[in-house]
Amino acid sequence: MRKTNNIILETAVKVLLFFIALYSVYIFTAGHYYPGGGFIGGLMTAGAIVLLLITYDIKTVTKILPVNYRILTAIGLLFAIGTSAGSLIYDLPFLTHAFGDVHLPLLGELSIHTATLFDLGVYFVVVGVTMTIIQTIGEDE
Amino acid sequence: MTNLIILPILIPLFTGVVLIFLNKRITGQRVVAIFSSIGTMIAAGVIVQKVRTDGIQSLNVSSWDAPFGITLVSDMFSALLVLITSIIAFACLIYSFKSIGQEREKYYYYAVFNFLLVGVNGAFTTGDIFNLFVFFEVMLMSSYVLLVLGGTKIQLRESIKYLLVNVISSALFVVAVAYLYSVVGTLNMAHISSRINEISVNGMPGILTVIAVLFLIVFGLKGAIFPLYFWMPGSYYAPPAPVLTLFGALLTKVGVYSITRTYTLFFYHDMDAFGILTILAILSIVFGVIGAIAYWDIKNIIIYNIIIAVGVILYGVSVLNTASLTGAVYYLIHDMLIKAALFLLVGIVITITGTSNLRNISGLITRYPGLGWTFFIAALALAGIPPLSGFVGKLLIVQGGFEGESFIGGFITLMSSLLVLFSVMKIFINGFWGKDRTYGGEEKAPVKQLLIAPAILVAISALYGIGSEFILPYISQAADTLLNPKLYIDAVLKE
Repeated sequence: MRKTNNIILETAVKVLLFFIALYSVYIFTAGHYYPGGGFIGGLMTAGAIVLLLITYDIKTVTKILPVNYRILTAIGLLFAIGTSAGSLIYDLPFLTHAFGDVHLPLLGELSIHTATLFDLGVYFVVVGVTMTIIQTIGEDE
Repeated sequence: MTNLIILPILIPLFTGVVLIFLNKRITGQRVVAIFSSIGTMIAAGVIVQKVRTDGIQSLNVSSWDAPFGITLVSDMFSALLVLITSIIAFACLIYSFKSIGQEREKYYYYAVFNFLLVGVNGAFTTGDIFNLFVFFEVMLMSSYVLLVLGGTKIQLRESIKYLLVNVISSALFVVAVAYLYSVVGTLNMAHISSRINEISVNGMPGILTVIAVLFLIVFGLKGAIFPLYFWMPGSYYAPPAPVLTLFGALLTKVGVYSITRTYTLFFYHDMDAFGILTILAILSIVFGVIGAIAYWDIKNIIIYNIIIAVGVILYGVSVLNTASLTGAVYYLIHDMLIKAALFLLVGIVITITGTSNLRNISGLITRYPGLGWTFFIAALALAGIPPLSGFVGKLLIVQGGFEGESFIGGFITLMSSLLVLFSVMKIFINGFWGKDRTYGGEEKAPVKQLLIAPAILVAISALYGIGSEFILPYISQAADTLLNPKLYIDAVLKE
């Protein structure tokens, strides 16, 4: 239930949101060579969603992004465990990462390191945990 | 298989994550949890055998060589503790099925339970001081959740205290690690040990004694030794029985393990620090005994017995000779088993009677003979009556104390047994003998099913005492590594 008319805020957020989201993805992907990585990237993505929460209410945001953040956290943990336990199959020590050139259908040749997937897990966990905290406090009567 | 020693950490971690997906399906959660618990026990047993035959196992995580990456090390001491942890976790799990209640089970109880095991097993296995801190935090955060889960008034109040104390002690831990890092410039425990050995050829530098005492304060806060146990009686009073069992049997023992590990591996030159440890250990015994005698509350009596046991074990460590260290390892394992059994039994008594005040309980043995005699055996084992498990450990600690000419400590350890026996017999005589009464929770309590878990633990502890001839080679191998840090360093740094 919103009483006042927040048109300036709403319009500004519609524009800004994409920049924040893009920048968070940039920070996440640049983590190996420049400052950044999964943690700060995830935090910034969560920040974008929080901005959305401030502008609209919880119901609208869950309609826009129908994500169960607890499950997202668990999926992130599975990514992290999976990439680090993958080395068990090759009988190498736990957390040994692999890298190589992979041919992907749309992007072509890419040099990919499994540490990125581990970082993706961190990213999901950070987004999931931050949003769970904010949502549970926000929904609390 | 190279990754064997990480399995007791990895299996509960994976299980905990899977259980998050299953949070509304209680039966599914139980099945997954029980299978993973059995898997962890098997893995831990295999590790103990492997260490017995092939010596200390180490794993350089992510293929970086020893001082530069994180190393996991399983010597006999940590392998045995991981095995006992898995057994106690299994017992707590089957006890939880009947007692914890659906409300808690739906709110990630089993997931957090498994994360706690990740922390405990990790803390026992790691070979890196900062990684030890991280596993401490994993363990502590899970314990905060387990303590507060349910949200009754007493739980909320006590978890605030518990949280404050542990946040402060964790901050001190970081400071202590920072000091140590600035002195030796490494975090790998074997490497720290060899560096400290290099710089203390002309006597221990004063700063290292300061760091040793700082570590004693940090781990003493976690492990509840004499002036630092003030948070424990209140905090452990709050949670339900299976959680209390996990706390009482595992959490303080991780502190004890850490003191033992850091003092035998890093600071074994430092007689000043060992002197302080001896005094604090003896005072823990004295103050624990006073608490155990004073209370008429069954939970409090057993809680104060934890402090006594911590004192006895650390006294054994502080004397630092073969007999006392063997005794300390033996007693540590015995104490984990028997404390778990006692807390579970106390939990059953409280479910039946609805109170923990000993004055309102009597005559339980007429209708619950199984419960009564299990408690009796557990009480005798706790005090250290010869065929049972408490005997050998305490005998060796006392022998070590007298060999090390620490007569006061040895004498106090001996006398404490008598008063420990008095404190638990007080529960037995007042609670189980006497006039038969009827209680509120009697119909609802599934006593027979609940009794399975403590009965298993008491049986294991009895076998542990009777079969001490068979077990002693394992224990003395553990004490051997503690007494000769060279073995540990060589196994990790491979020079």
